[in-house]
Amino acid sequence: FADDWLAAHPGTDGALAMAMGHVILSEFFRDRQVEYFTSYVKTYTDLPFLVTLREHGDSHVPDRFLTAADLGDTSDGAAHRTVLLDSATGAPHVPNGSLGFRYTDAGRGRWNLDLGGVDPVLTLLGRHDEAVTVDLPRFDTGPTEGGSTVRRGVPALRLSGRLVTTVFDLLMAQYAVRRDGLPGQWPTGYDDPSPYTPAWQERITSVPAAACARVAREFARNAELSRGRSMICMGAGTNHWYHSDLIYRSFLTLLMLCGCQGVNGGGWAHYVGQEKIRPIAGWFTLAFGHDWQRPARLMAGTSYWYLHSDQWRYERVGAGEFATPLGRGVFAGRAFADCLTQAHRLGWTPFHPAFDRNPLDLTDEARRAGVPVADHVVAQLRAGTLRFASEDPDDPRNFPRVLTVWRANLLGSSGKGMEYFMRHLLGAEDAVRADESPPHLRPDEVVWRETAPRGKLDLLTAIDFRMTSTCTYADVVLPAATWYEKHDLSTTDMHPYVHSFNPAIAPPWQARTDFDTFTMIAREFSRLAARHLGTRTDVVAAPLMHDTVDETAQPGGRVRDWRAGEAEPVPGRTMPKLVEVERDYPAVADKMAALGPLVDTLGVTAKGITFTPAAEVERLRRVNGVVRDGPGAGRPSLSRDVHLAEAILALSGATNGRLAVQGWRRLEERTGVRLADLAEERAEERITFADTQVQPRAVITSPEWSGAEAAGRRYSPFVVNVERKKPWHTLTGRMHVFLDHDWIAEYGEWLPTYRPPLDYPRHLGDQRLGDGGRAEVVLRYLTPHSKWSIHSEFQDNLHMLRLFRGGPVMWMSPVDAAHLGVADNDWIEAYNRNGVVVTRVVVTHRMPAGTVFMYHAKDRHLMTPRSEISGWHGGSDNSPTRVTVKPTHVIGGYGQFTYGFNYYGPTGSQRDELVVVRRRSQQVRF
Amino acid sequence: MRIMAQVAMVMNLDKCIGCHTCSVTCKQTWTNRPGAEYMYFNNVETKPGLGYPKGYEDQRRWRGGWALDRKGRLQLASGGRLRKLLSIFSNPHLPPIDDFGEPWTYDYRTVIDAPLGTPNPSAHAVSALTGKDVRLEWGSNWDDDLAGSTTVAARDPNLAGLQERVRMEFEQVFMFYLPRICEHCLNPSCVASCPSGAMYKRTEDGIVLVDQDRCRGWRFCVSGCPYKKVYFNHRTGKAEKCTFCFPRTEAGLPTICSETCVGRLRYLGLFLYDADAVLPAAATPDPRDLYAAHLSVFLDPTDPDVQAEATRQGIPADWIDAAVRSPVYALAVRHRVALPLHPEYRTLPMVWYIPPLSPVADVVHAQGYDPADPDRVFAAVDALRVPLEYLANLFTAGD
Repeated sequence: FADDWLAAHPGTDGALAMAMGHVILSEFFRDRQVEYFTSYVKTYTDLPFLVTLREHGDSHVPDRFLTAADLGDTSDGAAHRTVLLDSATGAPHVPNGSLGFRYTDAGRGRWNLDLGGVDPVLTLLGRHDEAVTVDLPRFDTGPTEGGSTVRRGVPALRLSGRLVTTVFDLLMAQYAVRRDGLPGQWPTGYDDPSPYTPAWQERITSVPAAACARVAREFARNAELSRGRSMICMGAGTNHWYHSDLIYRSFLTLLMLCGCQGVNGGGWAHYVGQEKIRPIAGWFTLAFGHDWQRPARLMAGTSYWYLHSDQWRYERVGAGEFATPLGRGVFAGRAFADCLTQAHRLGWTPFHPAFDRNPLDLTDEARRAGVPVADHVVAQLRAGTLRFASEDPDDPRNFPRVLTVWRANLLGSSGKGMEYFMRHLLGAEDAVRADESPPHLRPDEVVWRETAPRGKLDLLTAIDFRMTSTCTYADVVLPAATWYEKHDLSTTDMHPYVHSFNPAIAPPWQARTDFDTFTMIAREFSRLAARHLGTRTDVVAAPLMHDTVDETAQPGGRVRDWRAGEAEPVPGRTMPKLVEVERDYPAVADKMAALGPLVDTLGVTAKGITFTPAAEVERLRRVNGVVRDGPGAGRPSLSRDVHLAEAILALSGATNGRLAVQGWRRLEERTGVRLADLAEERAEERITFADTQVQPRAVITSPEWSGAEAAGRRYSPFVVNVERKKPWHTLTGRMHVFLDHDWIAEYGEWLPTYRPPLDYPRHLGDQRLGDGGRAEVVLRYLTPHSKWSIHSEFQDNLHMLRLFRGGPVMWMSPVDAAHLGVADNDWIEAYNRNGVVVTRVVVTHRMPAGTVFMYHAKDRHLMTPRSEISGWHGGSDNSPTRVTVKPTHVIGGYGQFTYGFNYYGPTGSQRDELVVVRRRSQQVRF
Repeated sequence: MRIMAQVAMVMNLDKCIGCHTCSVTCKQTWTNRPGAEYMYFNNVETKPGLGYPKGYEDQRRWRGGWALDRKGRLQLASGGRLRKLLSIFSNPHLPPIDDFGEPWTYDYRTVIDAPLGTPNPSAHAVSALTGKDVRLEWGSNWDDDLAGSTTVAARDPNLAGLQERVRMEFEQVFMFYLPRICEHCLNPSCVASCPSGAMYKRTEDGIVLVDQDRCRGWRFCVSGCPYKKVYFNHRTGKAEKCTFCFPRTEAGLPTICSETCVGRLRYLGLFLYDADAVLPAAATPDPRDLYAAHLSVFLDPTDPDVQAEATRQGIPADWIDAAVRSPVYALAVRHRVALPLHPEYRTLPMVWYIPPLSPVADVVHAQGYDPADPDRVFAAVDALRVPLEYLANLFTAGD
């Protein structure tokens, strides 16, 4: 459907985007200036802000954002107020809007992007004291994945003893845009194949240089003519790589340079997963029981399973592999698991269980000792008598014991590295072929137990309306109602409506709605708890939280580890917060069935804004009815699913005009810019569940999100930021091109760059079995979304199966098929160190040579014969994949790098994988 | 002149993403029952490809539709009454079930009844007709998205003469989707093929239907239709076909395939046409002129004389009004962007198609692009990946 199809090799999109950035910076920022672009980047991006340069050998490397504290300001928040130059006076200026204005009293009313008439300096060229060389990383060459370096130059100034330049000048250096009077090596033109010219990208992506340059020019020219209406739609194809964060940054830079973000019709259209819970304030509060106690234990799935399914024991490279030669050696000799447990210890990212002892016992011990729980825990950690569970995941005391999988197919669809789940989590038959890490690659802060445990789980319960792979491995399967057999709410990022599910029929046979299932479990649990648990006090180790003052916990992104004596262990600053929570276990069912008091006392919070739903609680008493007795006495009832839906709608600005206006007004106090009018026209609207049963209802513009949907306008992210100058939730309050955390610097990722797919051939050597002289080919293994299912849902539906080839297939090019002697529809096997897949092959010239893909996701219980290699049924599409963790994804406590549920954490990188493919005997056994 | 009204559809192939929602919705509405498992009144096939049933477009092999005899008179390509008498018991032009794709199902019991602890039981394919194990070799949409292209799509009849221009290589790859329903032709060869006269075309709206009571299961309609859009129900022994959802269209609703279409690419509307002009048009000697002849059969619904004559001949006023507002007339006659599928079959098909655009073949040298001028963003039409000759073989008999 496209006009131009640029077929970049898989995983090399970042190289194409970097070359497009090179063209746009050269032609729309150096050769001529576009007024719209220049004013946009000065107002909404970090390009004008000053960055210090650190000496490195006979040259320099980028260091940190200059802050007001560096210029002698000692007031509260100075360490988080960034600096730029006023072009009128040439003097440093601390504009409004950075993180230092968000949580301080002095910042009230000044957390906005209003430059107050100051025209920031974009480049120091022409007003610089010195033109200095700066060494930057490049990752397309070099002995290890850390790559090598290239020497460029930037105009610089000295400010209170520090050598500084602007982010823009660093960006021009990074994108190798030659400017007169600057030292260093620069490409001679677009045809000089050195980073990041169109000719350079052609050798990596195979996209013709001329096409890359032309499309970049058209993208920028269109944005210039339409003031930002150029858009990049991207999906999982660029999301599931180890370095996807850099692919993203190279895309985002194009959007920032051309003023496309926060403009309807332009910007960033991100199609990976459709979960966008519009009424998020109400949902978050009720889903995690924050109406009765806070905080809940929340977790990032990738790091949770990385440790609990023991994939950390099979690493072939250390965290230092990716460090740039320009780094300080922070990761030398350290494993990814070491980084993970350190991140947990410093409060950056959560892990569960938190400690190797029951938190209920810790609070009892503290009470007996008459000491505050937090002090008791810190003392025990310091003395080493209490350890973090992430330091010894294979200790039986730290095993995950009871796993409930609800509305998900962990073992057949979403779990990367499914064979490791089979081996270590379930203790079932598996097809793992990898060897464990050799001694020199083993972590030193995580205990290595000689024999890895198998079958950590005691109880696996699956709640589903279909017999998925997860169900076939579960101890207990609770039949669930489908969407058409229950009341529920639904929202997505694909449209701005809240709509409801309503039962067309009652749940058949023994199926129960999710609400009823968990209510029944809660009642039975509460009955047993009265005898076995009673009321206890728990201590939750909560990470430093996004959109809270925790974002200022660790200034400058300097890593200070209290265990190494570099700082004092202070909960909430240098280590996780330790929060006491009362657990009235016998009352769990009653508390679930009532709206808790905390919504009145602590309110409902989302995106850093707290709503006070007093009138709503009163209305819910009338609509849902009042609980007569028990712990929930006098509270609005939540005893039925429609009650819960009603409460979610009532407690969220997106579906309740009063709260939306209240939220915008509170944000006005902090930002000092007009916002409440965004929702005033719908201030009186209360979207009720009954409304959603009549028809889908458009959401109200609420501070829970960043689009403006008044007067029928469609959602585009960051429109409120661009049109009303409300800051982004980042260090500078603007969109960032430059990042200055220690771990990010160690990986040389200060600025957008290109890092190729993982160099598995070098890390793993030849994975081919080579038995029996059989033809085998090593190919790139992609698992795009299936045309015939939604993940694993509907993939075993008879209509879907009959509309293609009736089971799992692997798509392959005729070139590779010829090497293997394989014909269309033949049975093949694809294996690597992680697992094996048995499918039929689809040979087509639509596939490029060197790449195969298998639709995601195929359960294992249909047309999956026994494998010649493993002897068991060939796995699902996630059998040859595995979980990997990139350390820069678990940093925290610093501006935008602060943990938030489903906001920041390690991603899946299942496309960054290779498989060995070979023909198998055409006789198959099931 | 005998004025009649015909309901028709135009599908905009530039919007079809091949999602098959139409196929699944139509199947669950009309053919979700025994004997009809293999039937898809609406199917979506990838082009280039062999389609459903396999290779149906090769009329030299299947003899569907009409041909001209030595004297230039229309006759069924599969021969007249005598030929039919001789092939009652073995019709050589009847596609076997395998060409439609024998419907398979699975021995689900293997998974459901697996004893506790069975490591990952897996069900395999069995025939829905015989119940025996089956090795899946073909299905109703086996070559979807160019699957097996180098051996399957390469035999697409519409590629005749284009082998050099269309090398099956990654750099030249192109494809688009072609949803198909019954064409409800003005000159239906299925109606002419039925010895019992069970096939008929409704006078009021031109929908072609099978009279289930009069059908004796000869299946000459199946082989007579060049589009293979008539099917034989092996349980009832009767022929069945797409009914243009007449229970819905009679109630003013769109056909189910149109309503469910995700890309909203199906336009419904009325044509007024001169019934007397149909046979002469279908008998136009040169197949390349059939498209123009077909157009000449349509009457301009905005012409006052046509409106007066139609009213005199009993066409209701609201039908004439519908013909005036008809998007299909606008797309086919006024704007000339919609074209008939395989006019050379001489059946005057009434489901027309807007051909698809596609990416430029050569992103660097495509004619129309100018590296120095980023405002010129649209390349010339004949620089696109889908060859015009291929589209001509589908929609204008190669012209």
